[in-house]
Amino acid sequence: MTLSFEDFPTGRVGTFGPRHVTREEILAFATEFDPQPMHLDEEAAGRSMLNGLAGSGWHLCAIIMRMMFDGFIGRTASLGSPGVNELRWLAPLRPGDDLMLDVDVVEARISKSRPETGIVTFKVVARNAAGQILCEMVSPIIVSRRGPVAAEEVR
Amino acid sequence: MRFFEDMQVGQRREVGSFTFTAEGIKIFAAQFDPQPFHLDEAAGRNSLFGGLAASGWHVASVCMKLIVADGQRLAREAALRGEQVAVWGPSPGFRELRWIKPVLAGDTISFASEVEVAADVGLAARMGHPADPQLRHQPARRTGILISRHRLRAAPECLLKTEPRSAKILMMAKGALPGQHGYRLVHHPPCVP
Repeated sequence: MTLSFEDFPTGRVGTFGPRHVTREEILAFATEFDPQPMHLDEEAAGRSMLNGLAGSGWHLCAIIMRMMFDGFIGRTASLGSPGVNELRWLAPLRPGDDLMLDVDVVEARISKSRPETGIVTFKVVARNAAGQILCEMVSPIIVSRRGPVAAEEVR
Repeated sequence: MRFFEDMQVGQRREVGSFTFTAEGIKIFAAQFDPQPFHLDEAAGRNSLFGGLAASGWHVASVCMKLIVADGQRLAREAALRGEQVAVWGPSPGFRELRWIKPVLAGDTISFASEVEVAADVGLAARMGHPADPQLRHQPARRTGILISRHRLRAAPECLLKTEPRSAKILMMAKGALPGQHGYRLVHHPPCVP
């Protein structure tokens, strides 16, 4: 069943993962999108503030997106996202990390401009196997409301 | 590459442009964001985006690509002049990233960066610096704080076309640039007011 706006009350959506992150994919993403030494070169990374090879923060974002897709967005009537309210990279993504994602709904409201849709704001916390939090994000997603109810109000 | 002291509030820099192809959009989406409107032209046309649209994370990642390429270009130029080259450090995050308009297949977009806040790390700490253990553990290191606002918009060549959307700002974010580090660094925290 496709999940609609009504399926996202405030509170825990779920915990998703684990997602294993390899050194190869960290290097591949960094080579294409973020070729800084701390993401590409073990020795340079060791001398950086990250104290060792670390994945690009944008790679972590992309992996989180995929984990959310596999976890619930893939079966949600998602219409896209208007942006990210806040995102913090709190600890480096390391080769071999097994990521877990805790997802909560912090706000759910009906859209004023498109009353057939709702805006669900998620808080997403990514952590590694040791429980260390790598990233926190608060981001809204536009989700369709259930057909008949929404159509009724729009009319 | 510029050091913290070289940056002034209001300083603006064009950092490059990029063309999003249908193929590139689909390759990124298949790996990281396989929602139908990022993978299929027809699904894109039937979505709020009105066409095959790049994942917002793809757009953001390309921003990073352009920033890094621009920084490396500056570093090479500085090195050729015999100047000391700063090394970038990591970013603790960003705020208020807005995907304002979709980036559609075939769009060429340009990216500009503007310095919004520059402060030393002591000031940033007083203003509520985010959790950043690396910074806290290296208090002796000279650190600067920089918040910049990034705008991604249609490239000038697109302005010649008649599409009204091409002149619009497509994405904005505060923060997100990496800091630079050597004996000084620039940092970009998300929560300095």
